[in-house]
Amino acid sequence: MTAELVRGQNHPLSQVRLEIRISAGTPIVAAAALSDENGRIRGVEWVAHPGAPTQPGLEVSRQAAADHRLAVDLDAVPEAVHRVGVLLALPSGGPGPARFGAVAAPFVAVTGLDGGEIASYTITGLDTESAVVALELYRRQGAWKVRAIGQGYAGGLAELLTDQGLPQARQLAGGIDDAVARGLARSVQAPPPRTADGDRSRQAAAPALGPDQGGTAPQGVPPMSPYGGQTPGAPGQPAPQPSAYSPGAPDPSAVTQPNVPTAGGGPIDYSHPRRRNAAPPPPAPTAPPAAPGQPAQPVAGDATGWSMDERLYNQVWGMFEDLARTTAAYRSAVDFAESRMDKELEQLLSDPRSRIGGQGDAAREAARARHAQLVAQAREVLDRDLAQLMAEAEVVEPALPPAYARWDNPVWHAYRVPMEIPMALRLGDLHLPEADRIRIPMLVRLPLERGLWIDSGRTASSDGSLTDGHAMGRLAMETAVAHAARLLAVYPAGDFTVHVIDPAGSGAQPLAPLVQTGVLAAPPAVGAAGVADALARLTQRVDLVQMAVRGGAADSLPPGFDTSQQLLIVNDFPHGFDDRAVNQLRYLADEGPAFGVHLMMVADREESSAYGPLLDPLWRSLLRLTPVADDHLADPWVGHAWTYEPSLVPPGSQVLQQVLTQVAAARTKYM
Amino acid sequence: MTKGQAISLQKNDGGSLTAVRMGLGWQAAPRRGLFGSRTREIDLDASAVLFADKQPVDVVFFRHLVSDDGSVRHTGDNLVGGVGQGGDDEAILVDLSRVPVHVDQIVFTVNSFTGQTFQEVQNAFCRLVDETNGQELARYTLAGGGQYTAQIMAKVHRSGPGWTMTALGNPANGRTFQDLMPAILPVL
Repeated sequence: MTAELVRGQNHPLSQVRLEIRISAGTPIVAAAALSDENGRIRGVEWVAHPGAPTQPGLEVSRQAAADHRLAVDLDAVPEAVHRVGVLLALPSGGPGPARFGAVAAPFVAVTGLDGGEIASYTITGLDTESAVVALELYRRQGAWKVRAIGQGYAGGLAELLTDQGLPQARQLAGGIDDAVARGLARSVQAPPPRTADGDRSRQAAAPALGPDQGGTAPQGVPPMSPYGGQTPGAPGQPAPQPSAYSPGAPDPSAVTQPNVPTAGGGPIDYSHPRRRNAAPPPPAPTAPPAAPGQPAQPVAGDATGWSMDERLYNQVWGMFEDLARTTAAYRSAVDFAESRMDKELEQLLSDPRSRIGGQGDAAREAARARHAQLVAQAREVLDRDLAQLMAEAEVVEPALPPAYARWDNPVWHAYRVPMEIPMALRLGDLHLPEADRIRIPMLVRLPLERGLWIDSGRTASSDGSLTDGHAMGRLAMETAVAHAARLLAVYPAGDFTVHVIDPAGSGAQPLAPLVQTGVLAAPPAVGAAGVADALARLTQRVDLVQMAVRGGAADSLPPGFDTSQQLLIVNDFPHGFDDRAVNQLRYLADEGPAFGVHLMMVADREESSAYGPLLDPLWRSLLRLTPVADDHLADPWVGHAWTYEPSLVPPGSQVLQQVLTQVAAARTKYM
Repeated sequence: MTKGQAISLQKNDGGSLTAVRMGLGWQAAPRRGLFGSRTREIDLDASAVLFADKQPVDVVFFRHLVSDDGSVRHTGDNLVGGVGQGGDDEAILVDLSRVPVHVDQIVFTVNSFTGQTFQEVQNAFCRLVDETNGQELARYTLAGGGQYTAQIMAKVHRSGPGWTMTALGNPANGRTFQDLMPAILPVL
């Protein structure tokens, strides 16, 4: 969990090797200064800046850039140092803006080497200032803390450094300006050689950027540079890659290793890989203009959004709405055609004239023909729309990132533990009987807002082959495991924790992938005692977080408190549950989601019917999913009944094991 | 365009118009005196009713902003009107290429939800615009239009492969489109 600091607020640091990530909408200079217990910078050797980028324990970038990553090793700074200030300044004398009030608020984050954000701070309220002390890392009783400062100086770096007691402030500020100017000059040279590794880190930073645009980032020129004319490669920018997630291209979401500036080999990537709130988003890939009379060729990511993730999410929802509406038009037309024919036939029956001779037959025939004609027309329109949606689905499906992709998508074979939470998660597929071949990914936003209920009971549309309760229960558990594995895989390492309650041990076989790979927080809880224990711990957790949040003291949680999202899988409910446990479960269902604790019930509602209506609110609060295809989900626009199919691992595929093994390995590293 | 006049929504080059917009604009009630906020607001509402063979099949109004098939969209309810002679305060957009095949007429209406007659409303107008080129096809001044609280503006109906628009401008009375149904049916 990231602490979002406000000016003056502090936050403890548990690590000494840190990365400071800075993103601004415009090229800025980043520097770091050491100061002693009186807040004084003792000499120029205590300032790491573009002209002298490396000092003991500090490393900054050589150029002005919109995104920076500074490396800090607090163990390596001299003993006399009590504070490390992170300084930002606008390059002076250039064509860029001269005051922070004219640019987007800079964003600064302190992260561990694993990429996890510890604290972040958006520096707001700046106006005529051209230099600012963003953050301060400081010693307090033997430990280090970070404080959001946001102190700006209208007189630029010279005034800032003077204020910090540096005798040679003015000369140093001038030297920094020179170094920055040299850095800018350097960046005009040819693009750097790009290794495969470099490519990947670049794409991680800006998934949808064209190669040349992104390639300039390591040179210190931001993607949307006001120095556009000088940007190498800016002319003739190639079209953004439409299939940024296609299996052939390096997969941006697959990157796991933080690009530590000290890592050998490959260009250093100073751009911020996660937060892109300052720079405008790169243009979305748009469909090329269609030939007259032809529908436009669909392109993956052809929707609005700040990232490819968001664009694909919006595109999928757009397809969902379009399919719902075009089907509504078709159904409405068919209904109308039928009611019109019925009415006409009825009129013929009541008209005595039509009973004589062939007149009536001809009229009946005409009524049927009118019906057939209208239905055929409606079908033609529907087919036209479906063909377009089908073509779109064919380009979108392969472009989806793992979180949105089916398990059989090759993107899962290139899976790497992600560094950030995706926007949404695919829970399965949706389709309508009229459009049997178009499967709409069912994407729900993360973090989950409701728990899930995998219904192991009899479903309305199950065909009888699986009505055997045992087989159904097993299938439901397999579905639950597939969903849980997907959640584990799409969260960054250690950000999602799964607990299992399996009172009778009946889920042991389907649970094997989770148990064997070691991704669970603890072995599945068995027996009444296990149930009570697991519920008590999660209940206490919700209590604690709730108290801390309501008391406005989120910082005061005990040290080492695991802040990850929690998922509790409950198999065989209500087996092993006493009244107290049932009450705790209801409490978790009601209060848990807001505090990061989610339920996944694998249950047949019939089996808990002894509780009567007491549990109805529990079932209602959960999103019901089925282990087999079932038409129980309605869209939000028209309310069609959509057939839901869970996203299951193809039989015989090892992808789940492979993915979970990587998740487990990343967790051990993280712990 | 005058009352009763029909224009074909076919372009001269043979292509047909694909999108029309009905825009409605009016001026908020002036605030008078010390307790100005107590003056009554004026809320006009634009609606579109989709008919198939004189049967209403769908309606787009402030409670149902998009027709189920997605072809007709209301930009949202405006409860107080605009500040001056400005643009449309409410608009209904019709994508004619997406209108379901059985829908053969779309009727546009304006109602005074708060009950003021058009005589009391200032600078109220209603217009139909060819959304593809922004050209105004028809415009009515509602203000000073008499003791009516509603108007049946125009209808867009299928003719051959394309669509034709007929300006109606029939005055009526009613709070929402439901009240206007008896007045709409004769013009179909």
